[in-house]
Order: sequence, then structure tokens, then C-alpha cells
Amino acid sequence: MTEQRPLLEVTDLVKHYAVRGGILRRRVGTVHAVDGVSFSVAKGETLGLVGESGCGKSTVARSVLRLVEPSSGAIKLNGTDITGLSKAEMRPHRRSMQIVFQDPFASLNPRMTAGDIVGEPLGVHGLATGRAQQERVAELFAQVGLRSDQMKNYPHQFSGGQRQRICIARALALGPSLIVCDEPVSALDVSIQAQVINLLIDLQRKNDFSYLFIAHDLAVVAHISHRVAVMYLGRIVEIADKTELFANPRHPYTQALLASVPVADPKAKKLAPMIDGDVPSPINPPSGCAFHTRCRYAMDRCKLERPVLVKAGGRHEVACWLNGGTGRTE
Amino acid sequence: MNEARKDDTILDVKNLQTVFFTNSGLFRAVDDVSFNVRRGETLAIVGESGCGKSVTALSVMRLVPDPPGRVVGGSVTLEGTDLLSLDEAEMRKIRGNRMSMIFQEPMTSLNPVMRIGDQITEVLRLHQEMTSKEAWAKAVEMLRLVRIPEPDRRAQEYPHQLSGGMRQRAMIAMALACRPALLIADEPTTALDVTIQAQILALIVDLQKTLGTGLILITHDLGVVAQTAQRVIVMYAGKKVEEATVEELFANPKHPYTRGLMASMPAVISFGAKTDARLNEIPGMVPSLTNLPPGCAFAPRCSLAIDRCRAEYPPLQEVDGDHFAACWRATELVGAP
Repeated sequence: MTEQRPLLEVTDLVKHYAVRGGILRRRVGTVHAVDGVSFSVAKGETLGLVGESGCGKSTVARSVLRLVEPSSGAIKLNGTDITGLSKAEMRPHRRSMQIVFQDPFASLNPRMTAGDIVGEPLGVHGLATGRAQQERVAELFAQVGLRSDQMKNYPHQFSGGQRQRICIARALALGPSLIVCDEPVSALDVSIQAQVINLLIDLQRKNDFSYLFIAHDLAVVAHISHRVAVMYLGRIVEIADKTELFANPRHPYTQALLASVPVADPKAKKLAPMIDGDVPSPINPPSGCAFHTRCRYAMDRCKLERPVLVKAGGRHEVACWLNGGTGRTE
Repeated sequence: MNEARKDDTILDVKNLQTVFFTNSGLFRAVDDVSFNVRRGETLAIVGESGCGKSVTALSVMRLVPDPPGRVVGGSVTLEGTDLLSLDEAEMRKIRGNRMSMIFQEPMTSLNPVMRIGDQITEVLRLHQEMTSKEAWAKAVEMLRLVRIPEPDRRAQEYPHQLSGGMRQRAMIAMALACRPALLIADEPTTALDVTIQAQILALIVDLQKTLGTGLILITHDLGVVAQTAQRVIVMYAGKKVEEATVEELFANPKHPYTRGLMASMPAVISFGAKTDARLNEIPGMVPSLTNLPPGCAFAPRCSLAIDRCRAEYPPLQEVDGDHFAACWRATELVGAP
């Protein structure tokens, strides 16, 4: 990866939601969904974002596209800060970023044909209409492995994997430079999952766009990503090149997460849960390091001071007070 | 199977057939499936959606919705009792008592307007002679057994006050309250996060060892299978296509579908997989059960298929000691994929 300007640069992203209660709907609390997240994605790179439910990974994805308004922080796409832009000013930028959602049943209009769904963005942005649009759609169908005679079919006539292909074709239509994938294969069967992952990898090799790839399945993320960021309760606790992260995890949470994945080998070590208890509520996240309540290496400092992401060698960054801020080494 | 092991069998399912009558025709959700479960053993049933693994479990529990579904053939014997010949009242005495089931989504299987303690108490008092006080004490003891912190307080709470992992623990407590001989767990950890999944699986395996319960674990996750089961059944399009011990299945899968499943799973790299490679995908998709091909249902997706596969369904054959596969070419396949 060259050290040129990154395609996407997110700085100190915060998204808080108000919790309202009582008859006057007064603010009684704050959900710290995303609490100061910074990362960047280079051109042609895949950044995987992993974490358990409620860690804020989907909120990050949606904030990047401004589908939810961040409370504060900056999002730079190709050097332009898009956080302050109006709806009209956003429109040209929307062409360069697209999203593929988890549930291909909910994200396709059941009353539109597959061809119209994929062609709609072309019409909206005035890129192609009529015959030209049809041809472009047929091309996109071929790219994602669908037949062009399927263009006139409706979403319910497709299987889950095929619907996800339609979603991908729609995302590709405008030639984006960034595609956000929010759990794109979680709803699919294992054998279909592999087909879609392969398709995503192939398309990236051909078109050189970047992915922000969000998933809870570590194996999927490990497979498709170049770099991986691990989130816990609204913060990134560790970020590194994937080989480095999986070979040398430094944050105790990352280590526990990796140890929790059941290995598909009966001879490998048996399941040993490394952390007890549940993820605390993001309404009142623990002080200091949010993980200290479940961390077996927690020290006094962890309860008081929030660790920041610091370099722990190379491009490996970790937010942990152990070993003078470089995390736990095994 | 030798005689000594047969004595230990708590559940014996033979040639089970469950069909559904729908507008688009009749389909065989479970087609001629046989298996057994021994005391203290974990049998995993693995397959993709629509392969019939859940309907198999529901058939054993006699919970298949009728209409549209019906068990039309075979036998299900639990501890010597033929379940298919029982009437509903007799069946109710067995469910929750001698065998019980936990489901994927604990929130939908718990009663939202009953306290956790009352729900466990209900099971106990239905099947055992107990005063409500004794039953409540037992319920709290069960919650302690499934390692819910502060069980006295938690028993007083309602399902919405518990986290997903806690709810699944409460479900397990309820399922095991009467010390059943057989527990069926249908994707018990699919809705849970991976760190919680590890906790719940460890708990189930642990309790099963302590209590000697037979366990049927239904899952789509081969990792879960490898870490928990002793024996595995692989299902495809309503049929059992392979059965083996877990070590044998992972070392030496015989059915091309099993091999395909294993190869299509991405692995976390620290466990030794190569990076950045394309996955081996199984082409095509699971066939519709209303329109199955005449021969092997997997043949259209199988790279090894020959003419015979498309014409004749391969019978389940013993390819090795205690290792069965339904494939014409099973004996040609050696070693892990």
C-alpha cells in the first residue's frame, strides 16, 4: 500500500443517541453508539470492522455514508470533508460511495423488477436512460453472475444469494470508489456465502475500489480484509494488517474474541471462553477502558483512564494500558 | 453397531419421513432418515437452510405443525417408548420431562409476561409432585447451575430484563429442570455473539457431562460441530447424506457435499489458512424440495457427478467402519478436502 492520501479518512467520529423518558420526553441518558473512532481506508483496500452486536460498527458504516448524522467528527472522502455538506452538495459524492446491506430481502423493492432496481441509480444521476441504461444493466448483471434475461424478474423470484448479487450490481452501477458492506453474507448459507465473498474479491481486483467491510464473523473478515479494526463499545480497541492482527493480537478483547471462534477441527483445542459476562450497556459505558469490567488483566489505571490508540510496532495500533500502552503479548 | 452400545441408546429414529402438503405440491422435508443417540452423547445434525434438520427435530418432538406437515413414516423410540403411537396427552407428559428442546431465539421461546422463576417452576410442577415453594427453590438452583449470577434476584425478573446470553441460559435451565434423557438444541447459539456463544456451548457440554443427557445439536456451523459433537449427520435436501464420528468426518469426509461445505468455509488465518485466496465455492444453490432431480439431489452441483448419479439415488452405504455416505463415488474420495 502506498502512502498517498487515503480514499476515506474518518477522524474522531462520535454518534450519540438521546434516551428519552417520562411524559415530557426529557433526555434521561445518552447511548454512546460511536465514541471517538478514527481510521482510514486506502484506495483499493479492504478494511474489516469487527465487533459484537451493539459495538457500533453499523453506526460507523451508516455515518460514513451520512445515512445517520454523526454528532461530531470529520469524514473525508477523497480529501473533501463531507460532514457539513447539504443534501444537494452531497449528491455528487453519493455516486462514489455505495452500500450493500445484510438482508437482501429487506433492501430490495418487491414491486420493482431486478433490472429496474439496478438501473434506478443510473437514471437518478442522469448517467444512462432507455436503451443505454438497459445495456449497462445487462453488463452489470453479467459482472455479478446473473443472466440478462433475469432482469425482468422480481426480487421474490430470486434466492438469497442471487438477491445479494442484485444489491451488489446496484452498488456497482455508479462506479463507486468505496463500497460499504454491512454484514453482506451473514444472512446466507455457508456454500452461498463463499460464492458472494469470491464475487466481492473478484470485483475489487477488477475495479480497484475500496471496501469498508463490516461483519461479526471473524473468519469472513479475516478472509476478505487487508486490514482489520476491532471495535468494543463504540471504540476501536485495535487495528492492524490482518496477518499481524490474527497472528499477534495485543488487546485482551481481540485475544478473547479470537479464542472464542469455534475451530472446524475436532483435534484443535476445545472451546475455552476467555471472558465472562456480557457486553455492558452503551448507555453508561464503564469508565476508563470500556473493557476493564471483563478483562482479566485489568489494572487500577484501566478503570480510571481511557487508553488511546497508539502504535505498537509498524502499522499495528492498540488501545490498552498493559505493557506501557502496547497491549498484552503472549 | 455392537450390542453393548445399543443398551445405552436413548433415542432411536428409524426411516423417519415427514412431508408437507402445500399449494405448490407435496414435499418431503425429511426423507427416510435414521439415527440414534446414546446416553451422554452429542449428535450434531448439520446442513444448510431447508435441508430438513429442524423438521427432523420437530418430528422427534412431535411438534410438526399439522396441517400442513405430517410424519408419515418411520418410528421414533425414546427410552423404549414409541413416540409416534402416543396421543397428545401422553406426549405432553414426555415433552419437557424426558426430552426437551431449546431454540435459536430465546426471546421468542420465553413468555414475556412471566417471571423467569415462574416459567421454570411451571415445568417442574407440571411433571413432578412439588409444592410451589420447593419448585421455586429448585428453579433458583437450576439458574445457579447454568451460572447465572445472583440467581435469587434473576428468578424474579422478566425475560426482557435479561441479555441474550442470559435468556439462553434461562432456557437451558428450564429445559434441563426435569433432568431429561434427551435435549434437542436447534441452533442454540446462532443468535448470540461469538464470545457469548463460547460461554453457552461450554455450558451445554459441561452440563451434559454432569447430567448424562443425550444431546442433538442442530447447527449450520462446522466449527461448532467440531468443538462439541461426538457424532455427526450431514443432511442435504431432506436426506441424510453422511454420518460418521466427528474425528473421522473432518479427517476423511466422503460425500462431495460435506467436502464442499468444509472447503467453502473461510478460516481465521491464525489457524493456518492461506490468505487472500478465493474460497472453494459450491456452484449453484440448494434445490427446491418440490422439484428434486430423480437421482442424487446434489448431482447438479457436484463436480464428480456421473450419469448414474443423475439417474439413481445412491443408497447410504458403510464406506468405512461406522462411517456412512450416500454417494456412488464415496469410496474414491480419500483424505480431507
